[in-house]
Amino acid sequence: MAINRRDAIKSFVIMMGGAMVGANAILTGCKPEHQIIGLEFSPDDIAFLDEIGEAIIPTTDTPGAKATKIGEFMVMMVKDTYAAEQQQAFTDGLNFIIKDFKASQGKDFMEATVEERTSYLNGLKAKAENPEGKNAAVVKMLQDLTVLGYFTSEIGATQQLRYYEVPGRYEPCIDYKPGDKAYAI
Amino acid sequence: MADNSYDAIVVGSGVSGGWAAKELTEKGLKVLLLERGPDVKHVADYKTATLAPWEVPHRGRRTTEMLENHPNLKRDYVLNELNLDWWAHESDSPYIEKKPFTWFRGYQVGGRSLLWGRQSYRLGDIDFEANLKEGIAIDWPIRYKDLAPWYSYVEKFAGISGSRDGYEILPDGDLQPPMPLNCVEKDVAARVKEKWGGKRLVTIGRVANATQDLPGRTKCQYRNKCSLGCPFGGYFSTQSSTLPAAMATGNLTLRPWSIVTRLIYDKDSQKATGVEIVDGETNQTYEFNAKIIFLCASAFNSTSILMRTATDIWPEGLGSSSGELGHNVMDHHFRLGANGTAEGYEDKYYFGRRPTGVYIPRFRNVGDDKRDYLRGFGYQGAASRSGWSRNVAEINFGAPLKEALSEPGPWSMGITAFGEILPYHENTIKLSKDVKDKWGIAVLEMDAEIKENEKKMRVDMMNDAAEMLEAAGLKNVKTFDAGYTMGQGIHEMGTARMGRDPKTSVLNGNNQVWDAKNVFVTDGACMTSAAAQNPSLTYMAMTARAANFAVEELKKRNL
Repeated sequence: MAINRRDAIKSFVIMMGGAMVGANAILTGCKPEHQIIGLEFSPDDIAFLDEIGEAIIPTTDTPGAKATKIGEFMVMMVKDTYAAEQQQAFTDGLNFIIKDFKASQGKDFMEATVEERTSYLNGLKAKAENPEGKNAAVVKMLQDLTVLGYFTSEIGATQQLRYYEVPGRYEPCIDYKPGDKAYAI
Repeated sequence: MADNSYDAIVVGSGVSGGWAAKELTEKGLKVLLLERGPDVKHVADYKTATLAPWEVPHRGRRTTEMLENHPNLKRDYVLNELNLDWWAHESDSPYIEKKPFTWFRGYQVGGRSLLWGRQSYRLGDIDFEANLKEGIAIDWPIRYKDLAPWYSYVEKFAGISGSRDGYEILPDGDLQPPMPLNCVEKDVAARVKEKWGGKRLVTIGRVANATQDLPGRTKCQYRNKCSLGCPFGGYFSTQSSTLPAAMATGNLTLRPWSIVTRLIYDKDSQKATGVEIVDGETNQTYEFNAKIIFLCASAFNSTSILMRTATDIWPEGLGSSSGELGHNVMDHHFRLGANGTAEGYEDKYYFGRRPTGVYIPRFRNVGDDKRDYLRGFGYQGAASRSGWSRNVAEINFGAPLKEALSEPGPWSMGITAFGEILPYHENTIKLSKDVKDKWGIAVLEMDAEIKENEKKMRVDMMNDAAEMLEAAGLKNVKTFDAGYTMGQGIHEMGTARMGRDPKTSVLNGNNQVWDAKNVFVTDGACMTSAAAQNPSLTYMAMTARAANFAVEELKKRNL
């Protein structure tokens, strides 16, 4: 007897050594209700975080946050530097964004344009500044991690800022024009 | 000479021990330099010094693992994933806080000279005379003139940069050219001078970062990564400065992983004949002999070695006959001040990462200024433009945020006060009767706190900061007080003070232990009062002076 489709997918996931994250979404059929569980971030979850980062710091005349692998960076920072309750707030907040984006925009986050994502996140950020904003924490976390990861990345530090590994001198008072980039640390 | 016999043994390889090793070897003595931790080789072992920002795994943030493993270190800014190995392992070397005490220890060759803040100021006569004039504790057995030539001597070799300010109570040094003030700091300095005349000074921090090349060292390259070790030798450390000089004599033996358990004391000659160590890696015990011993193990560790020495004669150890061994713990109390924003400088910026800021020397209780507390405080601070980390909440995500954070932000300036703590007899360290470290050595119990004098001073420390910044034209001036407990200044001092009388002091005016004249203590333990200035330069000068004296005495066969 041939195994049914559900079991086939389950076996595949197990065979690949992957956690079951996302599997339920696949199992439920064509409209995945993707949920991140615990700290098990799948490649799809990291791709999702890449796009969130890109929506916060997009590609302009220099690459945006996605080019710096911001998703991987966020996951590493959340695992290594966040306390348990912050980790929970982070994944809860992401799951909220997945659901809320679809409910309010009528499509999956991953199917939207960068502009649509940015605009949605700005809306969330505006709401987050109200004390009732339950998801205030995750918006702040996403902004913090994206800005940190981006401006300390090689792309951010050398293309979007001016990085001198060995300045060699201190010039205490130089002229500055608006638009001149800051020196990276 | 037998394998384990030397002319001199130096215990500890930090700021003081490095100087002792250099001076004694250069004067022809065969010296054994003992360091309790591992070796750290100049340049080769600065493994993180040239990492780019993107090569720093957590980009400077603290991991939960770092916080768990460093319950004491995490109390201040020093916890950094890039130099964790250079701070004592807290579970191997615990201590007991009868009252809150944060003890920052560097247990490796170079000690905290690798990690220090490098601010370098002389003490002046206002400091050396204060105890006597005010009837506090005991008089210092020395005056500024005794130390002045030695300050010059160590400044020239260490490469201290700074300006000669002619400020009454802060003696000028033999300094390399100063690093410059930036535009905001320059104007702040001018306005403070205008308002207070010569009574208050804002100057560039005198710092052990060279602005001119020195033998074997390249001047500061303005990377501001000093605490990772400098591959250029831009700042003074044992590795960049004193150790190579001592090694060059051919007279130095450096032995890492050598934890001194006690000095070996000979009752008949009333001298120490050597030291006993336990090897930190093998737990084997060894003895080494020498004619003279310099304890430079950092204030509390030098004192704890004395406490473990000759206990058959004095139950509380060598030097305890004074009743002062382990007493008079001092530090600098700080973590408060003010900051504000500077407007009108939006078209100005700076290039390079300067490893020092401004210094405002003490002005309270100076001349005819009289406060309701004794002594005073100085400030350290800087003006700068903020960077991307300001991460403004109001700007929308997307290109606006990206572009805004790519430009330098507003100018601001902050100053933090560092205040003198009086020597209180009841502020003590002592050996625990129950708790031992990884090597079976009794750990220290800290029982020290600030009192009314310091608390009153803190009011001025905060308010004077705001008053000066406001007078200097800064806007949105706000005071801050992050709270302070003993040790956080990382300037622990006292516990084996110098004095004029063996009944009230552990050391004489030449840093000799009264009860064992061939034992010298020249680190922070020797301090009779704390002054408000950063103390390391004084340890350097004190060590060089005592080493010179010791060799003279050896020549005269007095030791």
